[in-house]
Amino acid sequence: MNSFKEKLIKRLFCITAYASLLFLAGIMFVLFKESLKALEEVSLPAFLLGREWYPTDTPPEFGALSLFAGSLSVSFIAVLVCVPLGLGSALYLHEIASERQRKILKPVVEILSGVPSIIFGFFGLVVFAPLLQEMFDLPVGQCLLTAAIILGVMTIPTITSLSEDALGFVPRSFKEASYALGADRWQTLRRVTIPAAASGIITSIIMGIGRLMGETMIVLMVAGGAAVIPDSLFSPVRPMTSTIAAEMGEAAQGTLHFSVLFEIGLLLFIITFILNVISELISRRYRLKLGQGR
Amino acid sequence: MDTKEAGIKVSDLNFYYDKFRALKNINLDIPGGGITALIGPSGCGKSTLIRLFNRMSDLVPKTRAEGKIILDGQNILEPSLDVVKLRRKVGMVFQKPNPFPKTIYQNIAYGLEIGGNKDKGFIRHKVEDSLKKAALWDDVKDRLHQSALGMSGGQQQRLCIARALAVDPKVILFDEPCASLDPISTARIEELMLGLKRNYTIIIVTHNMQQAARTSDYTAFMYLGELIEFGKTDRIFTVPREKKTEEYLSGRFG
Amino acid sequence: MKNKIIQNTAFTLIALTMLATLFFLASIIYFAAARGLPALSWEFITEVPRNGMTEGGVAPAIAGTFYLTMGAVLFAFPLGVACAVYLQEYSPKGYIVNIIRMGINNLAGVPSVVFGLFGLAVFVKFFGFGVSILSGSLTLGILILPGIISASQEALMAVPLSFREASLAMGATQWQTIRGITLPAALPGILTGLIISIGRAAGETAPILFTAATLYRKGYPTSIFSEVMALPYHIYALMSEGVNPQKQTAIAYGCALILIVLVGLMSSLAIIIRNKYRSVYGH
Repeated sequence: MNSFKEKLIKRLFCITAYASLLFLAGIMFVLFKESLKALEEVSLPAFLLGREWYPTDTPPEFGALSLFAGSLSVSFIAVLVCVPLGLGSALYLHEIASERQRKILKPVVEILSGVPSIIFGFFGLVVFAPLLQEMFDLPVGQCLLTAAIILGVMTIPTITSLSEDALGFVPRSFKEASYALGADRWQTLRRVTIPAAASGIITSIIMGIGRLMGETMIVLMVAGGAAVIPDSLFSPVRPMTSTIAAEMGEAAQGTLHFSVLFEIGLLLFIITFILNVISELISRRYRLKLGQGR
Repeated sequence: MDTKEAGIKVSDLNFYYDKFRALKNINLDIPGGGITALIGPSGCGKSTLIRLFNRMSDLVPKTRAEGKIILDGQNILEPSLDVVKLRRKVGMVFQKPNPFPKTIYQNIAYGLEIGGNKDKGFIRHKVEDSLKKAALWDDVKDRLHQSALGMSGGQQQRLCIARALAVDPKVILFDEPCASLDPISTARIEELMLGLKRNYTIIIVTHNMQQAARTSDYTAFMYLGELIEFGKTDRIFTVPREKKTEEYLSGRFG
Repeated sequence: MKNKIIQNTAFTLIALTMLATLFFLASIIYFAAARGLPALSWEFITEVPRNGMTEGGVAPAIAGTFYLTMGAVLFAFPLGVACAVYLQEYSPKGYIVNIIRMGINNLAGVPSVVFGLFGLAVFVKFFGFGVSILSGSLTLGILILPGIISASQEALMAVPLSFREASLAMGATQWQTIRGITLPAALPGILTGLIISIGRAAGETAPILFTAATLYRKGYPTSIFSEVMALPYHIYALMSEGVNPQKQTAIAYGCALILIVLVGLMSSLAIIIRNKYRSVYGH
């Protein structure tokens, strides 16, 4: 009788374990199902390679290339901001900071990584965009560069935390061996610690890129919103996420526009899914390398 | 059941970790009452064997046992056996003291509570009684409701013994109970075991041959998964019959 | 000597990146505080908006965020902890578990706006909950689920195996061991994860855009099927709609400050609990 109860409890817990898979599958299914109309009516090349995005024109045009280019360019420049600063901060915390500094800085970084993106978007809109506009004498401050910098700054704490963890996983014995050979701290950091933590650091960067590509509110508020392929740092852009957020409110259910927005969501999902799988594979190999495979 | 009946009879026992045969044809008749020591070099299977006596071996996946281990007229390797009941009858003290992150009192009450005992007065009585049997009462009677993690290693190990005693087992398994203790704490644990052996069947795995010689009544020497020799401790240590036993006891390997 | 110079240069550069990071992040906090404080008053956090959202308070938005967050937690917390218990305590290691783990990791990486699309299609339309607290809570709940699972799993993993062994050796059943020993020992870690998730759910905007949020409603929500105002969405709405940008920006600053303080408090609380727990168990 007792063992019946035990089995029942186990079965119950087992069901909950599948919930995440169910939701993930549900998301894929829903995105695909809602995109069906768009997949049928707009040819895939026209969607993926078309530059013209006029969803409410007659006839409408749904070329998502400019949106994709917007996402890509914003993310790429944001990476240039957040990787050096995030990684540098991680190295500082790991190698240079005194015990006391670490005790203060680590929680600070952690708290900052929890600041909602809407706050960054708001800050970008009211403080940074006007500043940039004045500095470079631009017609509007909301552009590719503004969005990229704000996004980059938002992602710094994420990169810092994850990279710092990766550095922390490097076994002490590696470092000690290097010191024992007469290497100084910088040599040890550059030639031993960083290479040993490399795959962890790369994983953190890939995860950061996933976050950048998927971030919505910042680009919605400060990227400028024009669906064109950017030709300078000061071009306004309209990344995929902000397109969905801005237009879903107006697109009636059942229309082609509604369906195309889901198709953009599907594209976005596929991109982040691939990034996730890559980082998963890297981190698995990394665990095996350090003998922590399970 | 009388302690005399709480003997363990092992017959034709084989044990496999996946494909590796860790125990080979073990036949062993552990008498009830008294202390039996399992000795042998690392990897000889003594820990594997002791963990079969309360089926903690079940926790390792891909393992398989053949043969019989009879305790109290019952084959404890029977798959249908209720391991929960078995483990209440066969207590265990581990290599490293492992008190729960609870108070001293709660640590000992735990076994009674999970057994469905709700009588507060009885539990209180049992806690005191078990702590006294484990020679710990005087040390901790004023801080029963403080965390057990604040105790010294030796005290923690005695608490673990008290915890095992509280549910009235017939057999107590000691898996290298002094491996992480200093000599003084070790001496106290040994003293404690000698005091307990009248009422419980005690089986101890140890690396330390002096400890086996000091405490046990019977000794089983194992080597590479086989039982080489079993008999009265005095006899094994003075006139071993097997060459391997003699070599091990004289420190030629292990 | 040369090595010394290289090392000093490198370390100086590294220290500069840390300073730059802190500068950027501190300036955001500074602006939110310096410009948000003047907007704050008792009235601001207790009253409803007036005059086309240019005056009055933002109490309904605070309440809305509270309901959405609580709803998300009620849904995701039991589910997440149970899932972690299964993966960590019950599951036989095997490829199914690996697939579940990968699923959780991937769910964690799904962009928040995609969760919004899912919530729109499933909760709002398919189940017919409409744009409502219920739809928004469920959407946010799925979003925070992976975080709760990972945090709980980590907390369970940190409980020494010896505790479980001791309990099982006493004749406890597996469920008794989980309920009596493992879960209580893991509780601080699980709570830390919970609190961080609360902060996350409170600050998310994109998932509630199409599932729960509304720009303005008279008074407070009356049921789980009401649309709600919510702090993060309110900031966005104040900046993108309406006719009086100056007054609206001032109010948005106030909202931003409240949100930062709220989320900051949550994170700090989580860190405090975790540090205390570390010093108690010593590992």
